[in-house]
Amino acid sequence: METAQEIARLKETARNTRKLILEALAEAGSGHPGGSLSAVELLVTLYFHVMRHDPKNPKWEDRDRFFLSKGHAAPLLYSILAQSGYFRAEELMSLRKTGALLQGHPSMGIPGIEAPAGSEGIGLSLAVGTALVAKMDNRPFRAYVLMGDGEQQEGQVWEAAMAASKFRLDNLTAMIDRNGIQQDGLTEQIMPLEPLAAKWRAFNWNVIEVDGYDFSQIMDGFDLATSTRNRPTLIIAHTVKGKGISFMEWAPKYHGTPPAKDKLSDVLSELER
Amino acid sequence: MLSKTAAMRDAYGDALLELGAASRDVVVVGADTTGSLKSGVFATKFPERFFNVGIAENNLVSIAAGMALAGKVAFAGTYAIFVPGKSVDQIRNNIAYPNLNVKLVCSHGGISVGPDGASHQQVEDIAIMRSMPKMKVIVPADAVSTKSAVKAIAAIPGPFYVRLTRASTPVVYDAGFQYEFGKANLLKEGSDVGIIACGLMVPEALKAAESLKARGVSAAVLDLHTIKPIDVDAVVKVAKQCGRIVTAEEHNILGGMGSAVAEVLGEQRPTLMKRVGVKDTFGESGEAGELMRKYGLTAADIEQAASNLLTTSS
Repeated sequence: METAQEIARLKETARNTRKLILEALAEAGSGHPGGSLSAVELLVTLYFHVMRHDPKNPKWEDRDRFFLSKGHAAPLLYSILAQSGYFRAEELMSLRKTGALLQGHPSMGIPGIEAPAGSEGIGLSLAVGTALVAKMDNRPFRAYVLMGDGEQQEGQVWEAAMAASKFRLDNLTAMIDRNGIQQDGLTEQIMPLEPLAAKWRAFNWNVIEVDGYDFSQIMDGFDLATSTRNRPTLIIAHTVKGKGISFMEWAPKYHGTPPAKDKLSDVLSELER
Repeated sequence: MLSKTAAMRDAYGDALLELGAASRDVVVVGADTTGSLKSGVFATKFPERFFNVGIAENNLVSIAAGMALAGKVAFAGTYAIFVPGKSVDQIRNNIAYPNLNVKLVCSHGGISVGPDGASHQQVEDIAIMRSMPKMKVIVPADAVSTKSAVKAIAAIPGPFYVRLTRASTPVVYDAGFQYEFGKANLLKEGSDVGIIACGLMVPEALKAAESLKARGVSAAVLDLHTIKPIDVDAVVKVAKQCGRIVTAEEHNILGGMGSAVAEVLGEQRPTLMKRVGVKDTFGESGEAGELMRKYGLTAADIEQAASNLLTTSS
């Protein structure tokens, strides 16, 4: 497919992903829109352009593995899995409800989910373990993990960063959704992260910075990650918390406040523009 | 019996070598204590399946989980104080919740760690680990049963915690002993008092039973090596036969094996009990034997508890 056509397709998927996220959260009445909306283009590109996976065979042994370390962005991942065909889109409307398939944070038993998430700072280690197995057994799959930026304050992230470079995991690509906002406010006020890229470079990672809404930059980033040898790659995606819904953008409040159900049609109308 | 001593850690290393030879899916992850834990011997035979993550115990647990997710049987461990003691979130959310095939085998449980002092003496691990859904908890009595148990759990899916002792301990079992998951071993029949023990308190329980016998008291001894899932039938049976129960563990008396026994008996057969264990306090530096005496964890303490029980009217 021509790149322009491919990007148009991904853009449409991203728009639909935002719609599904907002609908699911409004129906649930709780959950995390800000950090779900910020990383839409990143995960849409990963699932619909980059990863080798088979929704009809979620346990395919040689599938690429994705770990959502920022587990509160579950609505984003669920919306993507539903569009991929891992489960029916109607499941999104029972998100967070008693007895439902879709738990508030990712859990085992949901088709397409590789591991539970929700406690910050852990996912990169899981991806390291999985990438080690691929190396050890000469298997072709890659491991991907999406972390939050606030999550970089967790010490285990850096334990895993050291291990990934020690073991030369060039089959591992980590991503940071660098939206600059955490639950209590701005990351640079709560616990400054900068110079973030330099920190990861100092840990011997191949670091690529992209505009989190520029599909060609994101695609190029994943290409570079795949062609890099002997080092793991980190893609820092510069993003906007709450992206796409004007009153949610840059607003820490919408880290964990869903759209009101009775205002949903107004909110969704922004996506049509 | 009991005349020889052997190290559970050596037995663990031996078991890993046999498991590694038997299956390519067995991997070992360590955290800078692999020489001490004897898991390092695995690297001499299977270097491509051995990973040292440095002094990073949270990462140790989660990397092992990642390997289990990709199909491996992951043995991971270091000193107990750094696994249940330091990585409870990773154990709970990365291993127990997804029910992964990770075997956490940790040495240096309890106060018999000795001179390193309270910071290294984990007396809360059984309580922590048995409170987690899906987690199985084993505290072997000696080196022979350690080796047999480690080999057995490799073939049982799901997460396990195995607690070993730093010091060499008396050998309780004959060389041919076969560990049976979840099935307590009645080492000695008795009718007056039942002693239920785990770990290095099992040989102490056997010695206590001998002393009691010399005084005309018939004591049963049950090795409750698997604390979770607990062998309800064996616990109830020994309570029925003896009418009084002493538990003995090198762990805080709150939440440990004695508590697990009390939960079973309280619901199924209320029985007078005494718990020998660390009395809700931290340890200190000292030689292992001295600490065991100071903190009331010897055959004499078990015997005393049994004597007290026998003079208590039910």
